Amino acid sequence: GVYWVDSQQKRYVPVKGDHVIGIVTAKSGDIFKVDVGGSEPASLSYLAFEGATKRNRPNVQVGDLIYGQFVVANKDMEPEMVCIDSCGRASGMGVIGQDGLLFKVTLGLIRKLLAPDCEILQEVGKLYPLEIVFGMNGRIWVKAKTIQQTLILANILEACEHMTADQRKQIFSRLAES
Amino acid sequence: SPRLHVGSGAVEGAMQADAKIRTESATESGPRGPSCSLRHFACEQNLLSRPDGSASFLQGDTSVLAGVYGPAEVKVSKEIFNKATLEVILRPKIGLPGVAEKSRERLIRNTCEAVVLGTLHPRTSITVVLQVVSDAGSLLACCLNAACMALVDAGVPMRALFCGVTCALNADGTLVLDPTAKQEKEARAVLTLALDSVERKLLMSTTKGLYSDAELQQCLAAAQAASQHVFRFYRESLQRRYSKS
Repeated sequence: GVYWVDSQQKRYVPVKGDHVIGIVTAKSGDIFKVDVGGSEPASLSYLAFEGATKRNRPNVQVGDLIYGQFVVANKDMEPEMVCIDSCGRASGMGVIGQDGLLFKVTLGLIRKLLAPDCEILQEVGKLYPLEIVFGMNGRIWVKAKTIQQTLILANILEACEHMTADQRKQIFSRLAES
Repeated sequence: SPRLHVGSGAVEGAMQADAKIRTESATESGPRGPSCSLRHFACEQNLLSRPDGSASFLQGDTSVLAGVYGPAEVKVSKEIFNKATLEVILRPKIGLPGVAEKSRERLIRNTCEAVVLGTLHPRTSITVVLQVVSDAGSLLACCLNAACMALVDAGVPMRALFCGVTCALNADGTLVLDPTAKQEKEARAVLTLALDSVERKLLMSTTKGLYSDAELQQCLAAAQAASQHVFRFYRESLQRRYSKS
């Protein structure tokens, strides 16, 4: 029997197939250097976007947020990521739009929130309409109608780490009232 | 019973809470007899928000705060092609770090390199930063314990846990474990030993003073017995931390 053990950590180590949120730090020639929170920046080719060709380059600037997955991630090589799946479709990956807030949480919290039986996300969705992107590297991007709502959502998600289910329900009901 | 401290430097309502998990040891904290008993110890994990792992270890009145960053970026001049570069920085309570800190850093680094699985993260750096909060004897052992707990908190892969135990030999041959600053000054010899958790093997030893071969063996045996307490404390500490959900 082989076991996969995930432990609670703050530092991300790239794993092949993981979907992560990265920040573009440099554009050099044909590749972008993307900071994913690991020990070195990942490389992203400009052709790894849906509908990108040599003539039709994607509109990516330094400082943009990218949602992509790793195709190469091992301890000996520089990690490489792409924004298309194996069929060439974007399926939600690519440059993340304007506005919104990016914040960092622990890896354990991300896995908890993405678990199929997690109710936190449904409760949050009932509170305000929102757009949310989870990166397995501990980064969450959230966008709601107003800045205040966005900040409230960010605070709730960060606090979910330490709250029990009852405390969480209390806070949600208080927010729903106001 | 486990005490969960909810509170941090800047708390904004009940929304942002940093959980600091503190466990206290159940070992005797009263006046110690001439035989082997350790001072009261306590450990707090995950108390700093910036480092990937942090821990504070208290032994009696000696207290050390440790933070671990890693596996992180490393400068090309310092990178090692097949394993992680381990760095230890020790800051004294007052004054600038001097030669004594440098030598302690090297001892701690050698101990950590023996247990950390550096080959899993080549061309990265793992940095351990230690800050002496108070020094009342057995400082190096306390630093080792804090470093180990911080490495565990950061999730750095290790082949074993390690602990530090200090022994002081008096002029009349009696052995005192975990000596206070006064006992260290009056002792004939002070030995600090680092032991691993799997087979209680010796990882590092640093000694000062005059002692015989038989006394060294006696200290080693006493340290191995004392390390049982420390490792049991580590285990309880981690169990309490992860048992709350």
